[in-house]
Amino acid sequence: MLTRRPWSARLLVIAALLALWEIAARWFVDPLFLSPPSQVIASLDEVFSTRGVPAALQLTLFELTVAFVLAVAIGLVLGLAIGLQPLVRRSFFPIVLLLYGMPQVTILPLFILFFGIGAASKIAFGVTHGVFPVIVTVVAGVQNLKPILLTSARSMGASRWQIFRHVIFPHMVPSFFAGMRLGMSGVLLGVLLAELYVSIAGIGYFTTLFTQNFDPTKLLGLIGVLAAMAIVLNAIVRRAEARFARWRTE
Amino acid sequence: MVGKTAERRNREVLVSHLIQAGFLVGLIVIWYLAATRWGVNRLLLPNPVAVYDNLFDILRSGEFIDDLETTLGELAIAFAISVAGGVMLGYLISRSPYWIAVFEPLLAAIYSIPIILFLPLFVLFFGLGPASKIALGASISFFPIVINTIAGFGHVDRLFVTAARSMGASDYHLFRHVLLPAASPMILTGLRMGFTTALLSIIGSETLASLAGLGHRIVHLAEAMEMARMFAYIVFVIAIAVALNAIVSALEARGKRN
Repeated sequence: MLTRRPWSARLLVIAALLALWEIAARWFVDPLFLSPPSQVIASLDEVFSTRGVPAALQLTLFELTVAFVLAVAIGLVLGLAIGLQPLVRRSFFPIVLLLYGMPQVTILPLFILFFGIGAASKIAFGVTHGVFPVIVTVVAGVQNLKPILLTSARSMGASRWQIFRHVIFPHMVPSFFAGMRLGMSGVLLGVLLAELYVSIAGIGYFTTLFTQNFDPTKLLGLIGVLAAMAIVLNAIVRRAEARFARWRTE
Repeated sequence: MVGKTAERRNREVLVSHLIQAGFLVGLIVIWYLAATRWGVNRLLLPNPVAVYDNLFDILRSGEFIDDLETTLGELAIAFAISVAGGVMLGYLISRSPYWIAVFEPLLAAIYSIPIILFLPLFVLFFGLGPASKIALGASISFFPIVINTIAGFGHVDRLFVTAARSMGASDYHLFRHVLLPAASPMILTGLRMGFTTALLSIIGSETLASLAGLGHRIVHLAEAMEMARMFAYIVFVIAIAVALNAIVSALEARGKRN
């Protein structure tokens, strides 16, 4: 065995896959369909200097951010509203779970008809994808709260806000951050689906253009940049989760 | 005392069912009023009665059969590929703790990227037909299956393996009677998740770029501005998806019981 450390073997696996891709693209596959990774990286510059691409990427990042913030805010409010009252939870939580399980992509054309081809439809579609995991985890987090804590806080004269700030919120934190992580995956899926669906503007315009021009180099470059964006956003949420969930184990 | 709490519980269940029914009826009434009285544009919101008529017409005429066949055919092939690949690769990786440590984080990292991004690439490779949908569905549903298979086979209690070996179990016997039963709950969960994501990504890729299938039909009707029929198809597709997912969940529960 070359090395016993998993992370260096992991790098080797990645390098081997890249080498395989490079060899396949250079000598075996029609260059109209696949270009080698070296060429993709070399032409990233060209992708960024294509008129409209930086603006489309910036707009996508903006849509992702706004959709995520809205999904978390709306999910938190709805999750608390549903989770804190047993009757409301029993009545509306099944509805939330039912909606969460539906394939939302079937109503994507409706979002475009209602909100147009601009940022609004993409943000809206991202929010409807991201909001459900946040609601579900907030409800689950509130449910785990021991009633004795609420009772004792109330009997010591805590106000509603104090109970929320010092009892409910700290207990919700781990599941809330897990919900934010799932919410981010949902937002990424929703926004990117809508971006790819609209082929006359934004990212979808360029992916369609590069596909129709048989330009795999630029297409792979653009996809790579978007994937990197997704990885960074996921990593930020994961970091936050690890950081804020720490007090439990301490 | 016990009877009283049971009675109270029954009443609570009844109340929440009533609230759910009221919510649903209220939603449909608001939809109806918005479409007929409040002058919301018919091109944005069709009359629910017209949607119902269209749904009935779609079911009676059987015009959905071609699209349904396309979608389910793509789904079957994509799922078969991801099950075969995912379970096999997952099993091979799980044979060594070292390989698990190498591959598990790698697979989880790739899975966290929205793989729908690669659809344009698959369209470039395979065209607008079913092949690009199958490729996307298979590559998305591969990940939950392989990750759960690794988790299932990788965390079998060593004691069981040692005990079976010391009683003289062959490789086949060990696999059939120890490893597989211990791993199957996790694998079944992975298969269910894989099926759900495969269905979702196939309808999704039909919506984004395709020539046929249920997702394509909805987009086609949206572009033709036939809103009532489009809503009817949305209801139809959601009903099929919910039914398929329910069947798969039931199969999963049944497989875990045995």
